[in-house]
Amino acid sequence: METISAEIFTLTYGSMVRQLIADYEDVEEVNKQLDKMGFSIGQRLIDEFLAKSKTQRCSDFREAAEKVAKVGFRMFLNTTAAVTNWNAEGTECSLILEDNPLTDFVELPEALSQLKYSNLLCGVIRGALEMVNMDVECTFVRDVLQGDDVYEMRLKLLSSSPETYPFKDDD
Amino acid sequence: MPPGGKGRECSESCLDFLTLQLVQHYRSQLQGPSQQAALDAVGERVGRQLAERYSRDRPPLTEALEVMKWLCKEFWGEVFRKGVDNLRTNHRGTFVLRDTQFRWLARLSQNQMPAQMGQPLPAPIPKNELAADYLILPCAIVRGALSQLGLECNVTADATSLPQVDFTVVLASA
Repeated sequence: METISAEIFTLTYGSMVRQLIADYEDVEEVNKQLDKMGFSIGQRLIDEFLAKSKTQRCSDFREAAEKVAKVGFRMFLNTTAAVTNWNAEGTECSLILEDNPLTDFVELPEALSQLKYSNLLCGVIRGALEMVNMDVECTFVRDVLQGDDVYEMRLKLLSSSPETYPFKDDD
Repeated sequence: MPPGGKGRECSESCLDFLTLQLVQHYRSQLQGPSQQAALDAVGERVGRQLAERYSRDRPPLTEALEVMKWLCKEFWGEVFRKGVDNLRTNHRGTFVLRDTQFRWLARLSQNQMPAQMGQPLPAPIPKNELAADYLILPCAIVRGALSQLGLECNVTADATSLPQVDFTVVLASA
């Protein structure tokens, strides 16, 4: 992968978020737009991910989540996420980011405490996984900008299409 | 890699995806600011912030020509991955910066629409028209950077012969 100084990316993202806040004047709507924009990005980004990561087909959601966290974040953002807090069915987990390049130089003013600043990431993950036939829900549940100690995204598998993603009964 | 701050890297495609999406988002917005106004504002802020960062550790630039040279070499190198290939000026406040391989538009493809049965192939969209939306942001970044260094100006770009792009900077008469 060609790399660039993340500063440019981070500042462009920040400037975009600021613009969205000015456009919508409603934090909830900004959160929604960020997720939506991320979704479109994810749909495109998956192509590059599959082409460049030379990854094999994932056998289940667990493996897919690991790939997102370990390969995806490394490839694009040069950071990694930890996958934890699985539910018993193996359909829900958390991605924990200790280091989030999007939020370098960022502090949230009081008035924007409900802003999910990095919400684009959730959209990207949702968009990318949708292209490999996994419908997921992805939301930030912890955010350093809102005073938590790490970033945590909750990832929940809603459905997956059986042709390309076979579930075995004994899994 | 130390978390945060200088030296951190990310993939180039992150920025590509983001800028593409920005253009697309504001192209499809029916309410709010126009695409031009929104991308201008986004780019100008980025240009200002980057110029501030990149010029922090150097002595101040006083002459307009000095500033332009710094922009073409240092700033362009950082933001657009290589220096400007050619800088011309009429010495009356107009500068033309030629980048023969403008990185941000290098992959813009002049894809033709598929031909309809029995219809002649539609003419490809002229390069300049195709590139117009994608040049708003880089122009605004350049304008922001120059204004941060004290040069108020107007920046336009001509992409008639992509991947070559000519940026024309016209300084506001002092």
